[in-house]
Amino acid sequence: MTTLAHPGETADTHSLLPSGTPLQLISHDGQPGENPGGLAIPAPAILRDLHRHMVLGRRFDTQATALTKQGRLAVYPSSRGQDACQVGAALALRDQDWLFPTYRDSVAILTRGVPAEETLTLLRGDWHCGYDPYQYRVAPQCTPLATNTLHAVGLAHAARLRRQDQAALVLLGDGATSEGDTHEALNFAAVWKAPVVFLVQNNGYAISVPLAKQTAAPTLAAKGIGYGVPALLIDGNDAAVVYAAVRAGIERAASGGGPTLIEAITYRIEAHTNADDATRYRASDEVSAWLRRDPISRLEAYLKSGGLLDDAASATLAAAAERLAEDVRQQMNAEVSVDPAEMFEHVYARPTAALERQRAALLAEIAELEGPAS
Amino acid sequence: MTTAVSPAQAASPPAGSSPVTMAAALNQALADSLAADERVVVFGEDVGTLGGVFRVTDGLAARFGEDRVFDTPLAESGIVGTAIGMAMNGLVPVVEMQFDAFAYPAFEQVTSHLAKLRNRTRGRLALPVVIRAPFGGGIGGVEHHSDSSEAYYTHTPGLRVVTPGTPADAYRLLRQAIGCPDPVIFLEPKRRYWSKETAVLTAEGPAIDRAVVRRPGGDVTLIAYGGMVATALEAAEAAVEEDWDVEVIDLRSLSPLDDETVAQSVRRTGRAIVVHEAAGFGGYGAEVAARLTEQCFHYLEAPILRVAGFDVPYPPPHLERFHLPSTDRILDAIGRLQWEDGNA
Repeated sequence: MTTLAHPGETADTHSLLPSGTPLQLISHDGQPGENPGGLAIPAPAILRDLHRHMVLGRRFDTQATALTKQGRLAVYPSSRGQDACQVGAALALRDQDWLFPTYRDSVAILTRGVPAEETLTLLRGDWHCGYDPYQYRVAPQCTPLATNTLHAVGLAHAARLRRQDQAALVLLGDGATSEGDTHEALNFAAVWKAPVVFLVQNNGYAISVPLAKQTAAPTLAAKGIGYGVPALLIDGNDAAVVYAAVRAGIERAASGGGPTLIEAITYRIEAHTNADDATRYRASDEVSAWLRRDPISRLEAYLKSGGLLDDAASATLAAAAERLAEDVRQQMNAEVSVDPAEMFEHVYARPTAALERQRAALLAEIAELEGPAS
Repeated sequence: MTTAVSPAQAASPPAGSSPVTMAAALNQALADSLAADERVVVFGEDVGTLGGVFRVTDGLAARFGEDRVFDTPLAESGIVGTAIGMAMNGLVPVVEMQFDAFAYPAFEQVTSHLAKLRNRTRGRLALPVVIRAPFGGGIGGVEHHSDSSEAYYTHTPGLRVVTPGTPADAYRLLRQAIGCPDPVIFLEPKRRYWSKETAVLTAEGPAIDRAVVRRPGGDVTLIAYGGMVATALEAAEAAVEEDWDVEVIDLRSLSPLDDETVAQSVRRTGRAIVVHEAAGFGGYGAEVAARLTEQCFHYLEAPILRVAGFDVPYPPPHLERFHLPSTDRILDAIGRLQWEDGNA
């Protein structure tokens, strides 16, 4: 039999196929999941950590939504309902790994250790990014969809070229999978065997456009096969399986196995942002059905049935969440202090002569408006 | 289309004092940067085994290895987007866009991320990335192979945009660009790839953001860059017959613009013409003319003129000679600078 394949082409496509139904380690009602695939349930300490960060993250998220309605934030894209993805993904990273979040991933950033006030700088509107990316190994929140996928692949490839044990995790949504950059990133990552994990939080809508108008692929995970990227389809409201799947991807990356694509099926409970009206494109019974699949209640039920969480611990955690919310309120209700001269900083390593002139002109204009100092 | 549209001439390292082409000077600059700094990586389409369609990266993959100089999948956004990630992780990527117009898929990565990330992160995230792109016409290229896209980039704060006019300066500017902490769009005038100059290649000399006077003169200042520098110099020589003493400035850096050098010249001559291949409307020359008007108004003897490409999509090979600014068109423009109105 003659072969028509070019060098590098292979007939082995089967090993790349994701499962047709989502992998699950904990079921909707808090029982052991029926479709674990090859994944093992994380250790109790990790499960408790997942629960703790989801409770804190949920409180942070609802507080940020409320503050936005009060005008204290410019905008807030809530991740309520996607808590398991946010927390499971962030906790699965090792210290040296990098997270590449989008605007909807504030809870993942908070979980990674970025202080709440620095997490919310972009959305409050006093600067574009409030934290030091190198301190937390968290890239700035990315607003142009899918563009961060390529940054993650580049950073991961650089780690490989420099022989560093380091991987990157990039977060994206179902809508972003239609962008050209996602295609390019999956392709580059596969060709380069870059240590990177793509986590698609498929919440069913790109603002208002439902998945059926976004793609004709059987699943988003199924897209991996076209790039030669192994993929997993998982239950995105099961924090245990999100953690285990991302961890498996990181371990594959670290051992030289290249990229992994993970599609997590989840749901955004709130509208796209405070500026959106979700009732125009989805029915309320759809939302209530997903409210019943709440990721926190599910893990809580599992932990309680296994004796891993008692009422006292729950109360302590609830109190910690309230303290976090109080801190966020105080920080966001404080007057925003901005320095107009800072607009001219950091455009280049050193301001150009033209920028120096513009800065001086603005400061003179401000001084004139404010009048002579008393 | 990714084939070379003109016989690409192999670049070879300069030997002794023999003339060096611009392509060879660029090749030498890449080689010397790779040798001097292990963080430097060179990648793009066909830059590895082939050595680039213009052979600017010829021999580099063999000399420095596949971890330093490598071919990528054919995707320009992917090339720039991954360069950003690599720079975040300590490398100094020097990437090639195969042709000016083929860089457009990378536009979002360039404008929304490469240009802005330092500012967005309050200086924490610096991106020392160089994007090399052959630009401009004059080589008989079919459509999409001759664009002058500089104004798209100069209109974007956060980018440096530079272009050399001579082989020696191609070496110097590329070394300076690779050593620069800011992202640099490095535009290579493809019609000058095979121009030759006998010179010692050195990174020393005018800084990356300075214009230079290529030919001193007292009557009128021609302001040019890239492929038009040689054309402007030819026009200046031809103008001697008309008794015009023409000064030629090679801008080198389009962003930032060296206002000081340009304005000093124009205050002295009182007349100025900006020359570029790109369409005139909304073009780079408009910015230069506006700034000179603001800075030198009382010294001007005549309106500042522009000799630019027409406001048409770049024409096919058999028409490009009608489109590109020529020495004749520059001389005509000099003649229109109101010499009769009291040239004291």
